[in-house]
Amino acid sequence: MPEELLVVEDLKKHFPITRGIIFQKQVASVKAVDGVSFTVNRGETLGVVGESGCGKSTMARCIMRLLDPTGGKVIFDGRDITSISQAEMRPIRREMMMIFQDPYASLNPRKRVGFIIGEALEVNKMGSGSEIKRRVQELLDIVGLNPEHYNRFPHEFSGGQRQRIGVARALAVNPKLIVCDEPVSALDVSVQAQVLNLLKDLQDEFNLTYVFIAHDLNVVRHISNRVMVMYLGSVSESAGRDDLYNEPKHPYTGALLSAVPVPDPELGRQRKRIVLEGDVPSPINPPSACRFHPRCPRFHEGVCDVIDPPVREFGQEHTAACHYPLEGWPLTEEQMRRRSGEPVAS
Amino acid sequence: MALLEVRDLKTHFRTDDGIVKAVDGVSFSIEKGKTLGIVGESGCGKSVTCLTIMGLNNAKSTTTTGEALFKGENLLEASGKRLRDIRGNDIAMIFQDPMTSLNPVHKIGDQLGEAILLHRDVTRRQARARSTELLKAVGIPHAERRLDDFPHQFSGGMRQRVMIAMALVNDPDLLIADEPTTALDVTTQAQILNLMDRLQEEFGSAIIMITHDLGVVAEIADDIVVMYAAKVVEQAPVDDLFKRPHHPYTWGLLGSLPRLNADVERLVQIPGSPPSLLNPPRGCRFNPRCSYVFERCKSEEPGLEPVPDDHEHLQACFLDEATKELENRKLQAGSLAGGPM
Amino acid sequence: MFRYLIRRLLWAGVLFIAVTVVTYVIFFIIPADPARLAVGQRATPETVARARHFLGLDKPVPVQYALFMKRLVLHHSLGRSFTNRQDVNKVILQAAPVTASLVIGGVILWMAIAIPIGILSALRPRSLLDRMSMMFVLIGISAPVVWIGLILQYFIGYKLGWTPNAGYCDLLNTQGGCGGPVDWAYHLILPWTTFAILFAAIYVRMIRANVMDTMNEDYVRTARAKGAPETQVMRSHVLRNAMLPVVTMLGMDIGIALGGALFTETVFGLPGLGKLAVTSIEGVDLPMIEGVVIFSTLCIIVFNVAVDLLYAWIDPRIRLS
Repeated sequence: MPEELLVVEDLKKHFPITRGIIFQKQVASVKAVDGVSFTVNRGETLGVVGESGCGKSTMARCIMRLLDPTGGKVIFDGRDITSISQAEMRPIRREMMMIFQDPYASLNPRKRVGFIIGEALEVNKMGSGSEIKRRVQELLDIVGLNPEHYNRFPHEFSGGQRQRIGVARALAVNPKLIVCDEPVSALDVSVQAQVLNLLKDLQDEFNLTYVFIAHDLNVVRHISNRVMVMYLGSVSESAGRDDLYNEPKHPYTGALLSAVPVPDPELGRQRKRIVLEGDVPSPINPPSACRFHPRCPRFHEGVCDVIDPPVREFGQEHTAACHYPLEGWPLTEEQMRRRSGEPVAS
Repeated sequence: MALLEVRDLKTHFRTDDGIVKAVDGVSFSIEKGKTLGIVGESGCGKSVTCLTIMGLNNAKSTTTTGEALFKGENLLEASGKRLRDIRGNDIAMIFQDPMTSLNPVHKIGDQLGEAILLHRDVTRRQARARSTELLKAVGIPHAERRLDDFPHQFSGGMRQRVMIAMALVNDPDLLIADEPTTALDVTTQAQILNLMDRLQEEFGSAIIMITHDLGVVAEIADDIVVMYAAKVVEQAPVDDLFKRPHHPYTWGLLGSLPRLNADVERLVQIPGSPPSLLNPPRGCRFNPRCSYVFERCKSEEPGLEPVPDDHEHLQACFLDEATKELENRKLQAGSLAGGPM
Repeated sequence: MFRYLIRRLLWAGVLFIAVTVVTYVIFFIIPADPARLAVGQRATPETVARARHFLGLDKPVPVQYALFMKRLVLHHSLGRSFTNRQDVNKVILQAAPVTASLVIGGVILWMAIAIPIGILSALRPRSLLDRMSMMFVLIGISAPVVWIGLILQYFIGYKLGWTPNAGYCDLLNTQGGCGGPVDWAYHLILPWTTFAILFAAIYVRMIRANVMDTMNEDYVRTARAKGAPETQVMRSHVLRNAMLPVVTMLGMDIGIALGGALFTETVFGLPGLGKLAVTSIEGVDLPMIEGVVIFSTLCIIVFNVAVDLLYAWIDPRIRLS
């Protein structure tokens, strides 16, 4: 069995923008995902980090074929699922499940919890009625809920409990891959800890593979083996967890790490924050060449806005797409601005 | 005299299901020019506390007792007119979601102007000039031109800046910020916190920062109040709170945070969930979830008492000092693994 | 914005043609013979055949349609009535002002009722006023217009004699014993009330819901936090936003109503488009039917486009996107 469970090559998802009086013509497109490549090995957790508009949720939906990619390849468990039909996709859906962000919106309020968790089992004909019921109760127990609550409705549960129901639902069909799209962002801190611990325990017990999408760097660090940073539809940096957090190479990663507030006042006072200017730009009109160049402290006119940044390797599967990767960490904004020498040739 | 002193504030809402005791005996104070962080999870009453101080609750279904002394004047007994004079003028408030907090059909110049004209007897031209000045101060480029734009033409971060400008336009003594950065991206959050810090120096306002994010409050606050289930459980200057927390809930909060500079296999998990405020537990409200609970906790409610040898640090827990010291050392050890950020 | 307008107008044209075609098709599916109706029961087959030829009914349907469109486009004429050879244009233009009087007066009345009641109900939910207004809404929507009209006619017009029972008086000219603005309004009081009740009920409910929703918006809280007095909050923030969708609905409802308020006109004997529609269908009078249909379609289209443009203009989110 190959080690790679999911291989994504140069994935693209463009949404057309049309104009026209009678006949709609495409004049531009929103390049939500524009050339993303990565690999996820079995049993591993890949953390995907980025801010709004970076395309991480769109990418997740493309992997799951909830959206059809505009380009590139998605290879799941050795099989190319990029353009297969929905009918062919159906048996594969058992093997990749998703947990969503909003525990209040992702559960059908009119259905009982037992139905919600067991629906996938029924659709895939994985057992008789009573077998499914038993399995659902088992799952409720696994995620730390009372199996007796099988017949309750979602509104009778708290946010954290609803998220556990979402986890149980994803787990029901014994998937190989679970894509978690910001599963703890809407939860309180103490509840967040419960769900994160649960996810980790389940991964150990059932040998699950996770793609974990979040905007909170602390959370991603806690749960991931490898981390990928996305900015405006492309990957700016990708590395093993410790490498990314201890030795980031891309200025955006540096800015992100620096921006995260630390619950340690002394540390907070000591470090000099890097504050980026401007807003996260819109994917409709992304900046030329390096997407990050308008906000980058290391911007070099004539290079960063003209030539596409090369993807450099830094050993141990650590890559970053930058002309002037960082030469150390931690750095202050002052230090970040000082580039040394010529841009690194690709 | 403290700028704002809140004493035993209680806010009860009459609902169809009964009386929700959203704030049930909260006391704290804030000095001129300082920053107070009010921290707690959803439903703990932190927002309602500040809405009550501002008199923004629905009068018909709300009962409020206690005192909120702003420069010596009890806001809870002030007339409607007096409160309207103070709002947006001496005390300003900004809210969480910048996307919905501005009226979509009015130009932001008009909305800023409204804030000024409600409290100052100036001409429209003067109001416009002041609005431009504030927009510049909060870092919005092309300020003069942008006055004629509508909210939907600004990004989330920009809108929050506009909200801040609108709040500071009359030089308030106190700015209450209710989760101002929760809905923003991390890098935008850093910009806004940076901005608020800078503006505090420039304008001299005191800030009450309501948030659930302990990281934010560590960066920006001088003193912190921790709330749980409509009550204050701990209160201390910021360094003290993070170095020597004295309440099991605070330990739980700090332990449950994944850190950038520490490695833990499992995060500290506070079991269960916050109690209903219709029918809070007897005794200490945290007792059903507390790993240190003993008999007294279930029948008696701990008052907010100073920690021995530090009168600025208050906590509401019956646990003895020795155990607390032990817990603190464990906590510090856990979070000090790994180098500086 | 401009592109949008062009697109709307083009679609309006398509809609127009579609409506006229459908009317023709329906007409010719109905098993009634206008030629026979025109010449009477006791006419001989030859007379009927002559009538049929005269009225152009012996030609194939598509040809009839083509002739009709040609006459419409080139001569702006809708032809002549099958029943009495009157010029359709003239008849319609006589009937239109009557309907317009009814509708415009009705609109003013229903908005005058709905706006204050809707707003007050929203401000004091579950109060006595609110409950009473919801009762009014229920009755207004459930009671058939005809029934309301007849009840008013009987009790107020007949029993109490406060207003005339039926009939229409022209606004400007005096003819047949009545005329001028006073008579005109006097005769329209009951029709206005009848016509307005249903719409007032619908709008009270809509305005109440909109105002209640808008009061909970974050920007209303911001306005209060700035220290604005409640009247300013209502005027400048709540109503300005809550009434936007009401404007859209209003435009569409006026457009539809102008096509003929059938029931009210029939009960009160007002010679408007609604009554005209009824009589021309009974008389299987194709040109007249087609004329009424075209006129009302035109009104609906015009008002819909106008409302879209108005909405796009007053909501800056659409105007400036």
